[in-house]
Amino acid sequence: MRKEITFPLTKEEAKMLRAGDMCYASGTLYTARDAAHKRMYESMEKGEDLPISLENTVLYYLGPSPAKPGQVIGSAGPTTSSRMDKYTPRLLAAGVTGVIGKGKRSSAVRESLEKEGAVYFAAIGGAGALLSKCIKEAEVVAYEDLGTEAIRKLRVEKLPVVIIMKK
Amino acid sequence: MCREIETSVIVETVKQLCIKATHELSPDMEKALNTAAEKETGTLAKEILGQLQENLRIAKEERIPICQDTGMVVLFVEVGQDVHVVGGSLTDAINEGVRQGYVDGYLRKSVVADPLLRENTKDNTPAIIHYDIVPGDQVHITFTAKGFGSENMSRIYMLKPADGEEGVLDKIIETVKLAGPNACPPLVVGVGLGGDFELAAKMAKHALTLPVDAKSEKPHIRKLEEEAFRRINALQIGPAGLSGDTTAFGLHIETYPTHIAGMPLAVNICCHVNRHESVCI
Repeated sequence: MRKEITFPLTKEEAKMLRAGDMCYASGTLYTARDAAHKRMYESMEKGEDLPISLENTVLYYLGPSPAKPGQVIGSAGPTTSSRMDKYTPRLLAAGVTGVIGKGKRSSAVRESLEKEGAVYFAAIGGAGALLSKCIKEAEVVAYEDLGTEAIRKLRVEKLPVVIIMKK
Repeated sequence: MCREIETSVIVETVKQLCIKATHELSPDMEKALNTAAEKETGTLAKEILGQLQENLRIAKEERIPICQDTGMVVLFVEVGQDVHVVGGSLTDAINEGVRQGYVDGYLRKSVVADPLLRENTKDNTPAIIHYDIVPGDQVHITFTAKGFGSENMSRIYMLKPADGEEGVLDKIIETVKLAGPNACPPLVVGVGLGGDFELAAKMAKHALTLPVDAKSEKPHIRKLEEEAFRRINALQIGPAGLSGDTTAFGLHIETYPTHIAGMPLAVNICCHVNRHESVCI
């Protein structure tokens, strides 16, 4: 069954979702992959403020290719989620309600998703040209020095994602 | 007799290969996707294959890379022994071509200078280059831009001779099973069997550059390829790992003589964006 969902994602909205649902997501989310995760995690360990609010935030594991002139963003598909496993429980506990990536998660992440009432969405790996068409605005908001791994704020319309796991 | 080749020709050739391969798949790969989309019986799987077809169309027409991971460049370069490269170093020319291709082509720079310090080189260099000296007066370049979602799921095994064909099949299937959804199926599987530790891995990578529907010329290896391919698709991992008949588009096994004590096996996994191009200069 097809659902239209909106990001940011509240825990109440997350509760209504079921594993296996194909969704079209619209709204605002943030990109973060390996290096941004590491940096956010280290900041949290030191008790420093983060550059973005994590409350009800959805993170997309994405490092896009550069936008050509006239494009919002380059190719923009998901990267492998398991590399973020080490950092994910901490981010979920801090308010992240959804993550978008591809592939398997560790048992610690699965337990954490259940405990926090958060959702793991899969996007189609290797369909970066197609997915980029759903991204209407993109802006680097933190860690600009990380290049493709910087945190970008995205506005998306009808981004196709499948719910893989949740409480 | 020596034939001269200017490094500027190498630079331009490699640059164009980088841009072409990241925006358009070779006809064999496109055909494999179209055939699978037609044959697939799973409803969701068929829909995903349709989206991958649409992705290829958008990439080609709107010049958006097929995948945001535009890869690390791996090249097999056969240099004819009667070729004289003029105007500088061949390796430098290849890397300059990669640099220009990735910077001017708006491709993602995914290479870090040191595996631990991890500072991005900002131009996707250096490439990984496998040279071979061959007869003749031409330079033959086989280009790949290898994505690492699938590279990370590749494996190498030092099997025992007693493991035989079943042992080889078991390990190929085990690798694909472990790769599961992470490696962006439908996959292409490259297998290197024999040689030694590093040659097995190199053959496995080279196997990914063959036309996806190619078959081994050796009857016993062809049989092994067919059986491995059948077992892989029976896993029903399916497109994007969401189940279906199409787990792999193709599988090739390259072999080389080996030692009486060993049977090295390397399984190099590639996603459905198997970018390979060849040119002769």
